Amino acid sequence: MQPRQWQRMLLLSALVCLTAVTYAKELDYQLQAHKVAEHVYVFLGAQQHFSRDNGGNIVNTGFICTSEGAVVIDSGPSKLYGQQMRAQVLATCPAGITQLIITHAHPDHFLGTAAFSEADRGLPIVALASTRSAIASMGDTLTENLFRMVGDWMRGTYPVVPQTHAGNQSLHVGGREIELIALDGHTDGDLAVLDTQSGVLFAGDLVFFERTPTTPNANIARWLSSLSALESLAITHVVPGHGPVVHDPRAQRQTADYLRWLRSTLRQSAQQGADMTELLQHPAPRQLGPLAVFREEFARSLSHLYPAQEERSLPVLPSQAQ
Amino acid sequence: MNRPMPTADPKPRAPLWLLGLSLVAAMGLSGLVAANELVDPLNSPGWRWMQDRYFADQTVRFDSRVQVILPMSAEDALQVPVLVNVQELQPTEILVFADLNPITTILRYFPVAAEPRIGFRFKVQQGTPVRAAARTADGTWHVGGAWLEADGGGCTAPSFGTGGGRWQDRFAEVAGRTWERGPAQRRLRYRVIHPMDTGLADGIPAFFIERTEFRSAEEGMLLASMETFEPVSEDPIFTLDLHTEQAIRISGQDTQGNRFAVEVP
Repeated sequence: MQPRQWQRMLLLSALVCLTAVTYAKELDYQLQAHKVAEHVYVFLGAQQHFSRDNGGNIVNTGFICTSEGAVVIDSGPSKLYGQQMRAQVLATCPAGITQLIITHAHPDHFLGTAAFSEADRGLPIVALASTRSAIASMGDTLTENLFRMVGDWMRGTYPVVPQTHAGNQSLHVGGREIELIALDGHTDGDLAVLDTQSGVLFAGDLVFFERTPTTPNANIARWLSSLSALESLAITHVVPGHGPVVHDPRAQRQTADYLRWLRSTLRQSAQQGADMTELLQHPAPRQLGPLAVFREEFARSLSHLYPAQEERSLPVLPSQAQ
Repeated sequence: MNRPMPTADPKPRAPLWLLGLSLVAAMGLSGLVAANELVDPLNSPGWRWMQDRYFADQTVRFDSRVQVILPMSAEDALQVPVLVNVQELQPTEILVFADLNPITTILRYFPVAAEPRIGFRFKVQQGTPVRAAARTADGTWHVGGAWLEADGGGCTAPSFGTGGGRWQDRFAEVAGRTWERGPAQRRLRYRVIHPMDTGLADGIPAFFIERTEFRSAEEGMLLASMETFEPVSEDPIFTLDLHTEQAIRISGQDTQGNRFAVEVP
């Protein structure tokens, strides 16, 4: 063999070894069901962006355990997450799973559904009409995007369109009353889930806490009115879509304050003639306290929301072309 | 290497020290070659090709005074915002390009009575270096840039395009405004309704605004001009800082000869 061939051989075997080591690593979300109230549990995600380290587990999901079985709220970012979550739910709530509720059509909230629907063919999977149609039309694209960002954790993941229609209604399951509240603003359809007995609200992504809200499909005015609609409810604990559980309305207020700050900052900047890039380094609203991943999310929000403000700031001019 | 390794493999013919020596020699050689070439601070596979394409037989250097400001990653690959700022140099031309875009040339800006600064949005196909080259009066190109990640976003909805015949109804409509920015300087922001088709989509030929001029409305003095190419975003929006106290006349032309002209008070 020529020296060059030896070198190649060495390199190749090193690569093979490395790859083997990578694959040998067990992908484990290490999900733990934290008790929020009697029979009500949450799985808390990291306050981060999607990455190959966190496997997309940046989201809060949960369940309410009744005598008839568990009502599960959101299924997480991947089929693997769904499988591991399902095992944890059954360990705590051996009566089984009675239904799965999907709060909205963002990938970190619904891409674990296949784990539930494959294990239990007849399981009712409940969502708002707009959520169902968004998953039907956008599900594949969202899955591909997440694949690119978190990699192997997504193996076997595919979108499942919820078949059971939800609106404003009360579910009566195993002697518990669970209120479904149809709202919107974070996306075109945001379902909030209130366990009336414990007063725990699963707010989906209508509420963020200590983590910058995301806005790819947001309508800020609608979102703010959804947040005020939540004020009239008897809530003891709020499980935000992202961020720690809170026992008072701080999280709703922080989300609303952030959205108002975002809206007025973008409006003012457009009125003053700022280019979108000149806002990339805009300081965070310190008065709102710590907000994880502010820089990244604010940059994304500029892309989502600034063009509409620019449009408002630039009057149409009469044509002078000959 | 598809062949299985022979069981009675002969020893490598060259002893190890010779291998080491040749390695050192190879490194030395590549070092010599590198001395005659620019080392791309962005370490892009496309740089050498870019150098040949844009700067063949011209003086070119990397220069941190050429600022390219853009987000780390493209939230919307059809509308990536970028601001090029070369205030510390006095360039006569600013070229903006992206090494790994299928069409690399994005824009050329010629400030005459204007700040060497321009903001706009463009389309990317994949992650790429985005660069600006500023040509100074001595003919030297000064190059700056930044990498842009573009691999989609988890919650990113893909663009559905303008649809609904928006541009047929409002084709070449211009919206714009100016802001006072210090003595004899005005910021201009404007947007034109135009599809800016790249020609890369099946069955849709390239169709984009090619040339735009900016003049003082009263005296007709040329303040700046600009050439735009396929990658500039649909319904393009621009931010310029022009040296005038007067209203600004914008006139432009696309690849099919359609003209537009407006006066921005």
